[in-house]
Order: sequence, then structure tokens, then C-alpha cells
Amino acid sequence: MSATSPSILQALSPSDTEDVAQRRALLAEIDASCRGTLMLFFGAALVWLLIGTVFALIASWKMHSPDFLADIPWLTFGRVRPAHLNAVVFGFASEAAIAVTLWLICRLCRAPLMHGWVVNIAGVFWNIGVAIGIGGILAGHSTAIEWLEIPGYATPLLFVSYALIAIWGIITFRFRREKHLYVSQWYLLAALFWFPWLYSAAQILLIMEPVRGVVQATVNWWFAHNVLGLWFTPIGIGAIYYFIPKVLGIPVYKYSLSVIGFWSLALFYNWNGMHHLVGGPLPAWLITVSIVASVMMTIPVVTVGLNHHFTMWGSFHKLKDSPVLRFMVFGGMSYTVTSLHGVLLALRSVSEVTHFTHSTIAHAHQGMYAFFTMVMFGAIYYIVPRIIQVEWPSARLISIHFWASAIGIMLYIVPLIIGGTLQGVAMINPDVPFLDPNKYSVVTMTVPYLRVRSVSGFIILVGHLAFATSFIWIVARWIKAARQHQPTPIVSNV
Amino acid sequence: MNYGPIIFLGVFLTIASSWIGLVLIPQVQFGRQQEVKIEETGEIYPTVRPGLAQQGMEIYKANGCIYCHSQQVRPEGYGADIARNWGQRRTVSRDYLHDNPVMLGTMRTGPDLSNIGVRQTSVLWHLQHLYNPQITSKGSIMPPFRFLFEKRKAGDKPSPDALALPKEFAPEPGSEIVPKPEARALVQYLLSLKANAPLPEAR
Repeated sequence: MSATSPSILQALSPSDTEDVAQRRALLAEIDASCRGTLMLFFGAALVWLLIGTVFALIASWKMHSPDFLADIPWLTFGRVRPAHLNAVVFGFASEAAIAVTLWLICRLCRAPLMHGWVVNIAGVFWNIGVAIGIGGILAGHSTAIEWLEIPGYATPLLFVSYALIAIWGIITFRFRREKHLYVSQWYLLAALFWFPWLYSAAQILLIMEPVRGVVQATVNWWFAHNVLGLWFTPIGIGAIYYFIPKVLGIPVYKYSLSVIGFWSLALFYNWNGMHHLVGGPLPAWLITVSIVASVMMTIPVVTVGLNHHFTMWGSFHKLKDSPVLRFMVFGGMSYTVTSLHGVLLALRSVSEVTHFTHSTIAHAHQGMYAFFTMVMFGAIYYIVPRIIQVEWPSARLISIHFWASAIGIMLYIVPLIIGGTLQGVAMINPDVPFLDPNKYSVVTMTVPYLRVRSVSGFIILVGHLAFATSFIWIVARWIKAARQHQPTPIVSNV
Repeated sequence: MNYGPIIFLGVFLTIASSWIGLVLIPQVQFGRQQEVKIEETGEIYPTVRPGLAQQGMEIYKANGCIYCHSQQVRPEGYGADIARNWGQRRTVSRDYLHDNPVMLGTMRTGPDLSNIGVRQTSVLWHLQHLYNPQITSKGSIMPPFRFLFEKRKAGDKPSPDALALPKEFAPEPGSEIVPKPEARALVQYLLSLKANAPLPEAR
């Protein structure tokens, strides 16, 4: 990364190896500085992932068997579903995102995480906030605003913890020793800045001092779509930009594409939200502007896609050896597919059919799971052995995790997109009854697809249990090694 | 792009643009919309919900009805909302002035409820449907909300509060099902859902 290339003399002299040793020492120092904080966030993320998966299964099962656990108020469908969303979005995905972001910033800035205990405290309070929030939703205190269900008494805690973390990330950036800014850093810094703006604006305008009437809907979807577009997406893309070239040991395909991809995402994504309200009681210009911005998303999606996939081009055989690469490439490809599918869904003529159907739910999981979560899994598999200096105990468990997650999510998405679209086709045809147990009707035709979804959920659960086993096992080894003061030498080929 | 402040400036300006466009301008354009007098009836629309219906809205919120039921009617010719009798007209921003939160919804696992108070006017129908959707809507995948009801020992004759149930759904002899106040409030909220006032802008 250094701009000046070493002279021949330097290259021949032993000082060069010293330089390498120095660099290694710095990396070790950076990794050590992140160790406690990252393990805290990854561990908590894993716990929320498992809790979220169980909520998901309960909710999914209830959709085709409504009598299942029907007499427990706090487990009724309308509470379990938002509990699932908030557990996986603010518990699992955000915590994994924060940890991966902090580590990437430290690595790319060549700066250790200073006073990591501040972030640890913020992390503990973040988790308390999420726990209170989900407890509140189950107790019936939900705000009933999608993606913002956590009751008002828990959100200030979340906001303050988050702000502290974001400030810490930016401070680390200010103390950077590496002057070159890699493309991942643009995305990560932007995400750290965007999320608190979105979250505070939405909290103030919807929960503390609610705006009147359908302005609430515009604020709601400006926020909810941007949580995906300006928080998870940049971190996911930034991580792929780092890990694919890193694992392959080659540079990113084209710098110019990175620049176009970043700025077009920044420019267009934040205007997308109103496409969730097509046909709704809002001025036509608002919805049109979002549809146009959604179509413009083709630019960042295609440029980033080209950049990721052409970096990978010719190296696909390496997928066999590197689980990290497998997760990353799966995530990267899902990003391209889900985003282009999203462009399609935003069109008025398509939205007429798919809006209000399960195909939207499938699309959301394609983005949050097939893209983002898979990238986070890959990043965790790469980072954890490096910061704690212990190798993953079982390659088979990682393999089970990958295949269960990959097959599970495909089995979720594909049938549900088909079923949801057919549901939409039936819904806009007034000759098809809405509910009739003996005929083809909007409600009853979805049931087989909903059953398949439950099956896919169990497969995904198997993957998550394999992941949890790996994680607990590696932590146990780490504790054991720490007790003996003999870290196992790291021979990583992931 | 090695200069941090430029990136920050760009990142700031882009989000500021959509905040202005999708939050501030809508607030300026229709954030202070007011009630109107309907010419045909001389009534002010929309009116504030009576207290019991307002309490019912809290039950609707708490139990996440929004995840399966929308409250918006799309215009004639776009979807089949009007053909399905979910409303006589599209809904417009004025319909939601007194809703807090505004629960437009994004999912129709069940039907739209903008006009459920017009379509189903019977309290008994709603109570039976909440107690067990199979009574009124066979094949429904809506969960039963039995926890909004309580089972009591019946006296010599059924109490006036007891819910009339078809035989196959009735409790064992000697007991009766009585709706809790939450169920009654929720039904009042559902009955209050009527977006059918002939507003000029919805024609």
C-alpha cells in the first residue's frame, strides 16, 4: 500500500525482513486491541441470532397452523414476528456489523482500537436496550411502526450506545497511520455516520413528537428502507471489498468502478423508501421520485457487482478451499440478484401485483440473509481465529453451516417469491375469492408455500446450531490456551 | 479519494438531500392538513375516535394486526381493492389525520381493513371472529385471540355478557365464554374503521 517502492539495495538488505516483522507486529497489536470487544459483540450477536431464529420458526409455523401456541398472548403471531425482526436486525446483524466495521477500520487505518472498554460498555448497554425492547414487544408495548417496534423507553439507550460506538470508530479513523483510504473505508465511515441520523430522526418524528397523518408513513419508509440501504448494505459491500481480494491476494478489479459504485449508492439509495407505498394515500410525486431512484440503483448495483465478480473471475476453484470466500461470494452474488429484483419490484406495474404479498418478505430475506448475513458469517470466520490466535476446531461444522444456510435460504426465497407473486396475481383478480376453503383462493393458495418456508427455517436452524457449536468450541479452546499461556500457532487457510 | 473531509461532506449532503425531500417537504406539503366539512352531510371529517375505540387501537397495535392487515385502498384500476369491496373509493391522506400511529400496513395475508366497520357491522360477528376465526371464516389462517376472552362458570342461565357460540365451538356445559374489556374495545376500534366519507379529493 505504501506509495514508495523499495530500492534494489533495500530489497536485498535484511532491513526489509525487519520491515515485514514490524508490520506483522503492528497487525498483532491491532488484533489484540480488538480482541475483547469483538468477542463480546460476536458472542452477543450469536445469542441474538439463535433467539431470532427460534422466534422466526414460531412465527412461520403459526402462519400455516394458526392454533399453534395460540393461547399465549406474548407469543401471538403479531408479537413474535416483530420480536424476530428486532432480534435479528438490532441484536444479531447490527452487532456483527459493528464488530466487523471496527476491526476493518483498525486494520485498514493501521491503528489499534484505543480504550476498547468504552466500546465494551456501549456494547453491554446496546444489548440491554435490545433485550428490554424485545421484552417490551412481547409484553404488548410495540409501537406498531415497522422496523421501529422497540418501545420508546428502550430506544434512547440504543441511540446513546450506538452514538458512542460510531464516535469511537471515527476517532480511530482520525488516528490512522495509513494515509491511503481503501474503498471499504468509504462505505464503513458513511454507514457509521448515516445510521445515527436515520435512527434519531425516525425516533423523534415517529415516537417522541409524532408528525401528523401519513407523513408518518413517509418517515417510516424513509427510515426502514435506509436501514438496509445506508447501514447494512454499505457494511456488507465494504466487507466484500476487503475480504475477497484479501483471501485471493489480488487487487480489486477497477478503482474507477469503486468510485462510481460508492457515490451512486450514496446519491440514489436514500431516496428509495417510498416505493413501499405505491398506490398508497400519498402525493404521486413522492412515490414517483422513489421509483426513479430505485431504477437508478441499477448503476451502483451493476458497478459494484462487476467489481466484485471480476475480482473473483478465474479464481472460482479457490471456493473449494476457503469457507470465508464461499460465504463472501454467496453474499456478493445475492447482493446483485436481490438488488436487481428490488429494482423490478419498485416498478408500478410489478408493485401492483407483488405489493402486500409474501414476495416482499422473501425479498427482504434475500437482502438481509442471503446477502448481508452470509457476508457477516464469512467475516466472522476470517476474523475470530486472527484475534484470538486459535484455529476453528472443525472444518466440517463450517461446511455444515455454509450448506445449511445456503440451501435453507434458497429454499426460503425461491418458493416464496413464486408463491407471493401468484398470491398477488390472485389478489388483483376479483374473480378469485379472497378466502374459500374449497376453492382456489388468495388465502388458501399460499399455505403450501408457507409450509415450505417452515421447512427451510429448520434447515437454517441446523446451520446456526453448527455455527454456535463452532463458536463455543473455539472460545473454550481460547480460554484453555489463555490459561496455559500457550497460544496454538495459527495455520489458517480460510 | 484519500481525503476524509470530502467523503464526509458527500455523505452528509446525500442523506441531507433525502431527509429534506422525503421528510421535510412532505411535512410542509401535507403535515398540517385539516378536517373538512362534507357538503352532502354537513359533517366534519375525519372525527376523533371515541375513547373505547381509541383503547381498541392500542390492542390492535399491541398484537401486531398490522403485519397481516393493511389500512389503505388503492385507486380504481390499480389492483382490485375496490372490486373486492374493500372500499368505495381510494383512501387519501385526510382519512388518517387522527391516526397515531398511522397503520397503512404492507401486507395482506388477510383483507384490507380500511372499511371493515362498513363491511361487518355486527359486534357479535367480530367477537366470534376474534375468539376463533374458523367460526365466521372457515379456512382462515388468522390466529384465534382466545386470550382476549375468559372462560367462566355459567350460572343457572347464561349471563348477558356471554358470547353466543355455535355448538362445535362452545365450551363444555356449565361454563361460558365472556369477552374481556380488551376484546370489546378492539371490536369498537374495528367498527370505527370507515374511510367512506365522500371527500372531494378522493373522487
